[in-house]
Amino acid sequence: MKGFAALLERLAFTPARNAKLQLLQHYLERTPDPDRGWALAALTGDLALRRVTPSLLRALAAERVDAELLALSYDFVGDLAETIALVWPEGAEDDPSLSQAVALLQGTGKAALPGAIAAMLDRLGPSERLAFLKLATGNLRVGVSARMARMALAAMGVPSVPEIEEIWHGLTPPYAPLFGWLGGGARPESAALAPFRPVMLSTPTDLDELRALEPGDYFAEWKWDGIRVQAVAEGGMRRLYSRTGEDISHAFPDVMEAMDFHGSADGELIVRREGEVAPFGELQKRLNRKTVGKGLLASHPAGLRLYDLLLWDGRDLRAEPLEARRRVLEAVDFGARIDISPLLDFATWEDLAALRAEPPAAVIEGVMVKRRDSAYVAGRPRGPWFKWKRDPMVVDAVLIYAQRGHGKRSGFHSDFTFGLWDGGELVPVGKAYFGFTDAELRELDRFVRQNTVERYGPVRALAPKLVVEVAFEGLNRSARHRSGVAMRFPRISRIRWDKPAAEADRLETLEAML
Amino acid sequence: MRADSILFPTEAGLFCPEGGFHIDPLRPVERALITHGHSDHARFGHGAVMATAETLEIMRLRMGDGFAGATQLAEAETRIGGVTVGFHPAGHVLGSSQISVEAGGCRIVVSGDYARQPNPTCAPFQPVPCDVFVTEATFGLPVFRFPEPSTQVAKLLASMAEFPDRPHLVGAYALGKAQHVIALLREAGYDAPIAIHGALKALCDFYTSRGIDLGALVPATAEDVAAQLVIAPPSAFASPWVQRFRDPVIGFASGWMAVRARARQRGVELPLVISDHVDWPALTGTLAELAPSEVWVTHGAEEGVMRWCELAQIPARPLRLVGYEDEAE
Repeated sequence: MKGFAALLERLAFTPARNAKLQLLQHYLERTPDPDRGWALAALTGDLALRRVTPSLLRALAAERVDAELLALSYDFVGDLAETIALVWPEGAEDDPSLSQAVALLQGTGKAALPGAIAAMLDRLGPSERLAFLKLATGNLRVGVSARMARMALAAMGVPSVPEIEEIWHGLTPPYAPLFGWLGGGARPESAALAPFRPVMLSTPTDLDELRALEPGDYFAEWKWDGIRVQAVAEGGMRRLYSRTGEDISHAFPDVMEAMDFHGSADGELIVRREGEVAPFGELQKRLNRKTVGKGLLASHPAGLRLYDLLLWDGRDLRAEPLEARRRVLEAVDFGARIDISPLLDFATWEDLAALRAEPPAAVIEGVMVKRRDSAYVAGRPRGPWFKWKRDPMVVDAVLIYAQRGHGKRSGFHSDFTFGLWDGGELVPVGKAYFGFTDAELRELDRFVRQNTVERYGPVRALAPKLVVEVAFEGLNRSARHRSGVAMRFPRISRIRWDKPAAEADRLETLEAML
Repeated sequence: MRADSILFPTEAGLFCPEGGFHIDPLRPVERALITHGHSDHARFGHGAVMATAETLEIMRLRMGDGFAGATQLAEAETRIGGVTVGFHPAGHVLGSSQISVEAGGCRIVVSGDYARQPNPTCAPFQPVPCDVFVTEATFGLPVFRFPEPSTQVAKLLASMAEFPDRPHLVGAYALGKAQHVIALLREAGYDAPIAIHGALKALCDFYTSRGIDLGALVPATAEDVAAQLVIAPPSAFASPWVQRFRDPVIGFASGWMAVRARARQRGVELPLVISDHVDWPALTGTLAELAPSEVWVTHGAEEGVMRWCELAQIPARPLRLVGYEDEAE
């Protein structure tokens, strides 16, 4: 476990891709089978393990550590697995292998699991405890993509990245035949059907940037507020993947049934009723479900709105220009549940700006702009595809409460409640957790520490001094909020150190935006 | 005599009316007793300062000759007004002391910042029996269990071997931490010249003059720094100085690095958990060892220490002193 834990720690802090690749390659070269195979599977998310729940971990920790100290610790660290790894009492370390840890998480029954995990934690040092708990909760988050892993593998031996990709989806951990091949042995045979292929992503843009481009070179379409998916039907197998390659087929049997084609399509997963796309919240009800009941299938019918094809009838279209792929796409009749995202008619960027300003449906998030001649390239290349999102709404609000953040922002006051004036009183209207830079976060944290007037547990009440510009995507009436309105996706877009609190906006201003 | 009439917190810091002095005052006062040279404890402009020879010299190096109206060398035991004060090694940085204040049969020990791990650059913490122990709580949560410093130096050296073409820039506070890290590297057998940022030079020279062997140090001020390892104060990483290094690995030596979110927040690629403070086992171990009848908690995570004291049935109270920078580690 020591080597794996050291690798995870190093990867977690290494931002540069090439350095990550080097670390990964050296680990895979220096680690014997089957540990390196399990490590590879864990990093690429291909390791199916029994998922350990946070409540199980909390209960384990409570047996070893005082509950109040544990709560204070968690509040500071902001990550449950890390908190437990750090506070777990030292045992007799004997460095079990990663394979042993994987075997435990694969083969232990539910009843025996808590005891087995505790016994394993007793055998590990702090860094290994964290690695084990991250493995157990399925949450490594070290920024290694499957593609990067394949690049590291390609650097180890003769086979190239495309050669490895071709057989990748048929392989299973711990990949002994793959490592055998890299070491000079025979090439493993591919067994995968309907594999996921990496998707092409867009970069944000604005009118100024677009004006430098020739509108005639680009297509534009609406940006739908759904979930980007890859729908693959090949060789009798159908799969629906999220844009990160997660298989979400099981939650959408209605869509799967409608995927009566042979190819791989790129599009938006949406809930649609009578031709109208429902708000994102409706789609959310369909996600993360193991099974979907008849009632939900009827009340929340899902469908696809396609915008691209990767493969069609056995032909790989990815190297062809978008225009050509689009022609193939538009010639297909997909039936009722699957339609095609229409192209927008525009001659100038100002035309497009006008369309974007008044979209025909509230669920439209903006427009997508794609070069007509763009090949379908994995990843987020700069340029050929842009997203031009709707302008947010803004108000100037006063910070009134702050709380320490979790995750990356833990230890800093990063969760802010802000309010607007209603008469002579500030009424809370929302909370924001981001929008500021790390440097601004440090300044905000300092402001909070110096302007706390009262504490309620972890919450600090602040002197009403600091105005922040809050940007948000939408506004709904809400009975649950004291102000009567709820913002969608609020974030701090500017800190107005210069603006006196008395000049912040009034609640009426916000109500008028409804 | 009641402890809280001997010494109590005021706006300017801990005050002893019988002796007419403050300990580590936060603003200029007539008479100050200083535990150690970190700038949040040793401030400019007091009428008179009493501290160890090393601390006085460090204050002079950092603030110039006129840092105080008068200075007085601390001795083991001195009578000031109606109280007896003593200075005892704290194991934090060179010259760092705990200060004991005794009157009417009641002894209070103000530990300032302290550490229990062996540190090659300063005298070890000396436990002083007392009625009231005033402890810091910088790392006063059970999540802070610092590893052996040698493992962290090994991590740094392994990274330098993994990335031989990348300069390794390690952030370390100018007083104490920088010299501690250098001394640990020398203990580990690293004998190549280490480049130091200009802001570290005077203090490194001072440590060397006090017999602490830091090996060959070269300036990291030239346009082209040849050494693979560079030690600099953390503030330097935000300045244009850092632009002269190509693709550096940025490290940071601090107890805060034990928590990942803190390391990430600083944009650190190589977190090194090296501290000059007590971690949780050392802090609670010290309280258990001294078994004072009361614990006062100054700055940091006082809630954690308060809870431990509650479980150990040692009366404790937070002093809520503000102004000591808990980041300055």
